[in-house]
Amino acid sequence: MIDRLWKARGVAVITALLLAVGCGGEGGGSDASGGGDSGPAASPVDAATAGHASGMVSFSGMAPANAEIDMSTEEVCAAKHSMTPSQETVVVGDGGGLANVFVYVKEGLESLDFPTPTQAVVLDQDGCVYMPHVLGVQTGQDYTLKNTDGILHNINASPTENRGFNVSQPAIMETNRSFPTAEIMVPLICNVHGWMNAYVGVVDHPYFSVTGADGSVSLQGLPPGDYVVEAWHELYGTLTQNITIVTGETAELSFEFNADMSAAHVPLGEPIDPMHPESHRTVDHQ
Amino acid sequence: MSTTEKDIASAVDAGGQHDHHEIPWIRKYVFATDHKMIAKQFMFVSLFFLVVGGALAGMMRFQLGFPGQPMPGAGILPDAMMAPTPDGAIMLPEFYNSLVTMHGTIMIFFAIMPLLVGLFGNLLIPLQIGAEDMAFPRLNMASFWLAVPAGMLMLASFAVEGGAAGAGWTSYAPLSTSGEWTGVYLGQQLWLVSLTILGFSSLVGAVNYITTVINMRAPGMTWFRIPLATWSLFVTAVLVLLAIPILAGALIMLLFDQTIGTGFFRSDVGGEPLLWQHLFWFFGHPEVYILILPAMGITSEVLSNRARKPIFGYHSMVLALISIGFLGWIVWGHHMFQSGMNPLLGTSFMISTMAIAVPSAIKTFNWLGTLWKADIHLDVPMLHALSFVSMFIIGGLSGIFMASTPVDIYIHDTYFIVAHLHYVLFGGSLFAIFAGITYWFPKMFGRMMNEPLGKVHFVLTFIFYNLVFFPMHNLGLQGMMRRIYDFTQYDFLQPLQPMNQFITLFAFALITTQVLFVINFFWSISKGEKAGNNPWHSNTLEWTVPSPPPHGNFAQMPTVFRGPYEYSSPESDDDFLPQTTPPRDGPGPSSGVPEPTPTPEGAEA
Amino acid sequence: MTWSDWSWVLPEAFSTFSDDVDLIYYVILWVTGIIFVITEGVLIYFLVKYRHKEGRKATYDHGSTKLEIVWTTATLVVCLALGIVSKGVWDTMKIDVPEGAMEIIVTAQQFEWHVTYPGPDGAFGTADDFEVLNQIHAPVDEPVWIHLRATDVLHSLFLPEMRVKQDAVPGRDIPVWFEATATGEYTVGCAELCGIGHTTMNGTLTIHTAADFQAWATAQAQRPRP
Repeated sequence: MIDRLWKARGVAVITALLLAVGCGGEGGGSDASGGGDSGPAASPVDAATAGHASGMVSFSGMAPANAEIDMSTEEVCAAKHSMTPSQETVVVGDGGGLANVFVYVKEGLESLDFPTPTQAVVLDQDGCVYMPHVLGVQTGQDYTLKNTDGILHNINASPTENRGFNVSQPAIMETNRSFPTAEIMVPLICNVHGWMNAYVGVVDHPYFSVTGADGSVSLQGLPPGDYVVEAWHELYGTLTQNITIVTGETAELSFEFNADMSAAHVPLGEPIDPMHPESHRTVDHQ
Repeated sequence: MSTTEKDIASAVDAGGQHDHHEIPWIRKYVFATDHKMIAKQFMFVSLFFLVVGGALAGMMRFQLGFPGQPMPGAGILPDAMMAPTPDGAIMLPEFYNSLVTMHGTIMIFFAIMPLLVGLFGNLLIPLQIGAEDMAFPRLNMASFWLAVPAGMLMLASFAVEGGAAGAGWTSYAPLSTSGEWTGVYLGQQLWLVSLTILGFSSLVGAVNYITTVINMRAPGMTWFRIPLATWSLFVTAVLVLLAIPILAGALIMLLFDQTIGTGFFRSDVGGEPLLWQHLFWFFGHPEVYILILPAMGITSEVLSNRARKPIFGYHSMVLALISIGFLGWIVWGHHMFQSGMNPLLGTSFMISTMAIAVPSAIKTFNWLGTLWKADIHLDVPMLHALSFVSMFIIGGLSGIFMASTPVDIYIHDTYFIVAHLHYVLFGGSLFAIFAGITYWFPKMFGRMMNEPLGKVHFVLTFIFYNLVFFPMHNLGLQGMMRRIYDFTQYDFLQPLQPMNQFITLFAFALITTQVLFVINFFWSISKGEKAGNNPWHSNTLEWTVPSPPPHGNFAQMPTVFRGPYEYSSPESDDDFLPQTTPPRDGPGPSSGVPEPTPTPEGAEA
Repeated sequence: MTWSDWSWVLPEAFSTFSDDVDLIYYVILWVTGIIFVITEGVLIYFLVKYRHKEGRKATYDHGSTKLEIVWTTATLVVCLALGIVSKGVWDTMKIDVPEGAMEIIVTAQQFEWHVTYPGPDGAFGTADDFEVLNQIHAPVDEPVWIHLRATDVLHSLFLPEMRVKQDAVPGRDIPVWFEATATGEYTVGCAELCGIGHTTMNGTLTIHTAADFQAWATAQAQRPRP
């Protein structure tokens, strides 16, 4: 009787171990090509009834000077810049447009499911600077971390909604990753070159845009309805605007940032959980 | 003969707890409680991890020998480890850090420690003291079966996102407290959980060993008749018992820092990074003696036996074991001379560290003394045991350099330290393990290992090993740091690239040579020359029983009349005199054992 | 690979205490070298002389207490002597920062050395402080007192040609000092695993003549601040 009991226990333990080994293999990560549909599925938006929104993000007042970057410790990169490079914190175009503002539809699209784009977006490390400085992707969409410099860079991401990562690229190479959860915004830094920083905005729909120096923004093909659109800037915080989309018409978007706003607390997602203190590197202007 | 069989049967019956009928396969081979089977279980699992640890080292050496070069065949490894570039797969720095960490962790905790303590502790202690099994056979089984999931978790950590732990086997805080510093997230936590579980495995083992040695010695087996192998394992078990709980505490504190936001080791929330180092090394220094004392015990056994001569200074050898065990608790700060702890402590730890050199030196001189005017048989176990002595001399002497605090300023965290630790752990412990496995293989499997193949394996291993690790002293003296993914980033280290390549090539040769041992091992289990009870003509009790011994070990309770090293004694016609052989004149007052009850004719000890 | 790679001679050093450190190293090298030759030599000699020969039995000998006492005492004396001579140099290097040393702050961070100079007013925390990355500049023949700090994880400031090494601990300000004896460009390295970019934390230690250092410091102090 004792023998049968032992046999039963043994079989149970071995089965449990095999199951654990078999099921434990999933890394549960977003390493290689991200999840989501591979083929272009149908968009839930009927193009015939869609409307548009466009306008400008502008900056008024004196723009502060951007900090200069001393690249003398990295000769390979210093050689790529004919003029001393600067940070891209506040970039204002000749027409008063504010660059590197992430504009996206914040509310109004919750009921729709959008297919994941198959095209990857590229974030390049060239001349020890992230290009672009601000990037937008859809949840599950691949973005390619590209190392054009061929020297050691690491990409250290400290999101709050998604899983963080800290990976390196020691040579000319490309790595694909994706973020599974929407988040505004994920800060990226390079620890080897402490001046390098970038931001990635992750949304679960395709209605987002990053402004250039002309400050123009355009969101095409929105279903009719009421929306809240938000504009995010790394130093000046966020501005929101309520718009109504009507079929065939273009609603106007207008965001005006000014130098007095820099004291604002810049949100990077949900409020900070005190049990998980932010990295000292997180851009959190208090 | 029939009288003897009846005696055996009645002795076993009198034992009481044993099963008299066949136990099921799963109880004999899987959930075994027989110490000899558990010893073999530890052996097979640990040898597997030894191979894994070696493979990790091979990959590290590739990067050091050919920095930044694509590694042939590495394309099969995931992108998280080897970056795909147009030229091929290049190792990532975070993977290199994981290799460094996991090579050390696996070799120390899953190879050397379970081989010395799990294999030899289990195999030898009951047999050498004349006991039928360990004091707590089921606890013994728990010890092994706790180690297995610990090992599986450690291996599994390679597969999770962020990879395996990457903060060094010493896991210094604050680096180890967060993935934002290392790029390792779950892997670092798995490392902590795995080692905590393994800690429990070691603890229950230690309790078992200590209890067994104190309580279950056969009549006549006084403390100073215990063979040095068992003595060393006993002292080791005491160190395990006292040191592992400190490690477990530190591991749990670090796990809390990583997961629930405590700040024991993070200064940004009021903690103290140096606290981790103190806790870790307070465990860590006794740990390194855990890794060497059983090796010393094994060496003493093999040396004395193969030299056919009593061990020189048996009592001092025991005292030296105890002194090392004791002094090992007050030297931990020598790992922390440059850590930022108060420099006044540097001097006190330097003095205690210099002091601990003394018992190790005594043992070394005594081993040499054992060889003096001996009758030396240079078979494979002896060759490995002699290697232990000669390589331990080098490892011990190199330790003197780092014991001197100002010299340590220069050589700390350089390859000089790497050379030192490999001379004591590989040159020392691993050669002793080879000696022990070769020597006790016949007792475990009833067959001898192949002698000529063993000699080839030894010679090649010895030569390649020295070509790999001796130059590391010089690399360290030239300033090459440890744990460095690409030392060519430093101009002053670029000239060291050819020497690193030299070391790498011989490291590959060294790793490949171990195939010979694997072949010898598995071939000999089924095809080796059959061995009798006592192929080495040894004196200790394990050689008085069949090879392999039956369940319960001894048909009759043995009686011990003398110490374990009576080789070439004038009292014997042979050049050995087993501990259990009654004296020619009968047990007189000198043996310290009362007259035994008259034994039935034909029943020999 | 050259023969000199196998050398046990230390690379040259250029600080006031490096000769003392190196001397202790050489003393230890000689002592351990002699012990090495004797013990390994005896081992090999015994292996040859006492290898198994038919008809010859080993000597039945359990040891010699007198011999044990002799070699135990000798070992203890040698080891303690080495410890005692080391203490003085250690105290000099780690405790006795000279009076009037030029102070700078070196802050280690993944993966850069931030070196802060107090500027012409000689005080830290004022507007004329300046910071350079991955470079330490100092005048020759003048003691330098580095306040070593770290912001994130453990690092270790390694100046091999000055024989300086000290771990940088977050939350602490640890004194490190040296006085260079020759001008030139030397190495700054990190000697404690600090993460992915540990291998790239190299920098330059430049020792100037007093005049050149003044010129450098003045030019740096006048550099426009970010």
